[in-house]
Amino acid sequence: MAVHQFDAVIVGAGGAGLMAALQASQSARIAVLSKLYPTRSHTGTAQGGIGAALGNLETDTWEWHMFDTVKGGDYLVDQDAAEIMCREAVDTVYELEHMGLPFSRTPDGKIAQRPFGGHTKEFGKAPVRRSCYAADRTGHMILQTLYQQCIKQGVTFFDEYHVVDLLTRDGAACGVVAVEIATGDLHVFHAKAVLFATGGCGRMYKITSNALTLTGDGMAVVGRRGIPLEDMEFFQFHPTGIYKMGILITEGARGEGGILRNGKGERFMEKYTPTLKDLAPRDMVSRAIFREVREGRGIDGKDYVHLDLTHLDPKVIREKLPDITDFVETYLGIDPSRAPIPIQPTAHYAMGGIPTNARAEVVADEKNTVFPGLYAAGECACVSVHGANRLGTNSLVDIIVFGRRGGKQVGEFVKKASFTPLPEKPLEQTEARFAALKREGGGESVFEIRKDLQEEMMDKASVFRTEPDLTKMLQIIGDLKSRYSKIHVKDRGTGYNMELLEAFELGCLLDLAQATVTSALARQESRGAHYREDFPKRDDANWLKHTLAKINGQRVTLSYKPVSITKFQPQERKY
Amino acid sequence: MEVTFQLLRFDPLKDRQPHWETYRVELEPTDRVLDGLEAIKGQMDGTLAYRRSCAHGVCGSDAMIINGRNRLACKALVKNMKEPIRIEPMRGFKVLKDFVVDMGPFFEKYRAVKPYLIEKEARPQKERLQSQEERERFDDTTKCILCGACTTSCPSFWFNAGYVGPAAIVQAHRFIFDSRDGGAEERLSVLNNQEGVWRCRTVFNCVEACPRGINVTRAIGEVKKVIAKGGR
Repeated sequence: MAVHQFDAVIVGAGGAGLMAALQASQSARIAVLSKLYPTRSHTGTAQGGIGAALGNLETDTWEWHMFDTVKGGDYLVDQDAAEIMCREAVDTVYELEHMGLPFSRTPDGKIAQRPFGGHTKEFGKAPVRRSCYAADRTGHMILQTLYQQCIKQGVTFFDEYHVVDLLTRDGAACGVVAVEIATGDLHVFHAKAVLFATGGCGRMYKITSNALTLTGDGMAVVGRRGIPLEDMEFFQFHPTGIYKMGILITEGARGEGGILRNGKGERFMEKYTPTLKDLAPRDMVSRAIFREVREGRGIDGKDYVHLDLTHLDPKVIREKLPDITDFVETYLGIDPSRAPIPIQPTAHYAMGGIPTNARAEVVADEKNTVFPGLYAAGECACVSVHGANRLGTNSLVDIIVFGRRGGKQVGEFVKKASFTPLPEKPLEQTEARFAALKREGGGESVFEIRKDLQEEMMDKASVFRTEPDLTKMLQIIGDLKSRYSKIHVKDRGTGYNMELLEAFELGCLLDLAQATVTSALARQESRGAHYREDFPKRDDANWLKHTLAKINGQRVTLSYKPVSITKFQPQERKY
Repeated sequence: MEVTFQLLRFDPLKDRQPHWETYRVELEPTDRVLDGLEAIKGQMDGTLAYRRSCAHGVCGSDAMIINGRNRLACKALVKNMKEPIRIEPMRGFKVLKDFVVDMGPFFEKYRAVKPYLIEKEARPQKERLQSQEERERFDDTTKCILCGACTTSCPSFWFNAGYVGPAAIVQAHRFIFDSRDGGAEERLSVLNNQEGVWRCRTVFNCVEACPRGINVTRAIGEVKKVIAKGGR
């Protein structure tokens, strides 16, 4: 068993992990572990921009951004955290520019900004240009820029090290266990602090914009060590995924003037959200598409609608949306300046995750008690700045602001903290888990169980939900878990045994799906992305609270904690 | 439709030499070659190894030789490929297993060109200004996803593994032509030597291989010109 010792380890090398690494490595010995090469991380696929009230093209303020974030999140947002995020967004965007991020520019050379869903001026009056962008590859440029800075700063990376367990002792974090993918060897990383920045879990759904590697490992690993996961029932479906494939078409396409049309050619968003129309928040647009389809107004009666860019200047499409033009040409054989794009909602973002406070410290109970030495940032975390529905561009704001705060906090913490000793048998759980996956005689396959999970989740726990469907889904997850216990991994090799690691990932997805569905079944109201057809109204009297879902072996138990409300009292959410 | 794949398999624990294996899988014509690999791996042979993540041409994980040409498996559609679809690992790097190659040397060269902004003046309070024309100047090379398709398609690289390679030059170009950068000299001193830009024989394989449509050879040519002129 190889044991490494660092002041801190950061798990995940997307935007949040790299930002944290840049901060923490200024004063501490840290290592960044990722199951991928850092530049493969999913931050790189973000397209449309990062929201910040720079006011480069029109007046804007962080208060308006905060209001939009809170309203967009259907008032489940912790407002103290949202205030921090929207205030600090401005300076962090400037910092990214200083690091070299090649933002698109305004005619006078400032960072260019475009409108985005749910971002408004004067507390909801009209759309505002707030999204700072680099063409339609803003995430790619953020990921590249942060990785470049990490190289400049000499950050230590362990590429293709797959973290499979969190180590704790006496109620404090003391390290992680990782598989070195190239050899299959297990490594123990002993550390004073561990920061998870492992991204989302969209692969629990069939149609998703998420990478094949987004299997929620960090959430599951932390959840299995007794830390409850927050607000897992809130899963965002992005309205415009390429039909059948789920590949994202940025909201920036609508920001540049794109229009959604149903099978009759109608601009249907006018009916649902008359003020913001196609630029309403994602939960509302996704529901509108489902309704149009359900009422027979999909294209040719099928389960998709059109995103129409044909009326835009081809130069705008070419210059401001080059990547999505390429995707549409590659995968659909369509020139978006000539023909509309078939789209359907695609599983995109987990608003829930590992509960943290605004210092990115993990908080482990209803009273927000800090779990010493444990941190999380980015999509795997729930601060909660997104509440029940995240606004477009705010995921990038989140990773940069809270990645940075987390990294600073880790740097401070390890100065004073000492190493908690490792548990006596740090590999015990990991070895048991992998031995079970390699056991002969089961005959179940990762591929089949995963496919069943994804199809059933799509059918029963996506945009529209009901009690019978969710109840059935819980049974199905139970069945899938018992099949999972009979998995037999055939690859007996050590290096690049991807079959074994995919089996591990599937186990994570199953636990997270169970937390998601259990939380969704309990929440008898509709709020943000969680829409219950049997409880179609928001119910603040009973449900203005965060869910905490604790994974206890085969069961998930729920508790709740209050929402932080500072500036904006809950009101009806109309656009 | 049934699609036939021929894969060049190699497991260092079992095989002395790589060997071809044939697989037939059921796919839609609009499926990606990557979907074919996922089906083979999931339903027929779990030991197959390759890297993949985003599955839509942005993360750069799944570059490999498909029907003789470097491509991303997630950007090649089955219907556009002649059967059997023959897949090999990228050329010029050590093969670790099947289509997984050792990317270590690739990233070493990337690091050698100092791929980060070398700031020439103190940071202002807000953003530095940059005109749209200045920003456009290096737009093409900001698209690079470090997949390795260009470098491993380059005959100069095959014959001389010391060559810094097209991908690293693309990265250098992205900064050399950025009006905010002050590090051109440092980078040009790395590139103006035997293992630098002069190894490029303008074969244009890299342009053909680039899944992001970057005009790699032009970028290399522009760096050569800057060196010849003695500065930007």
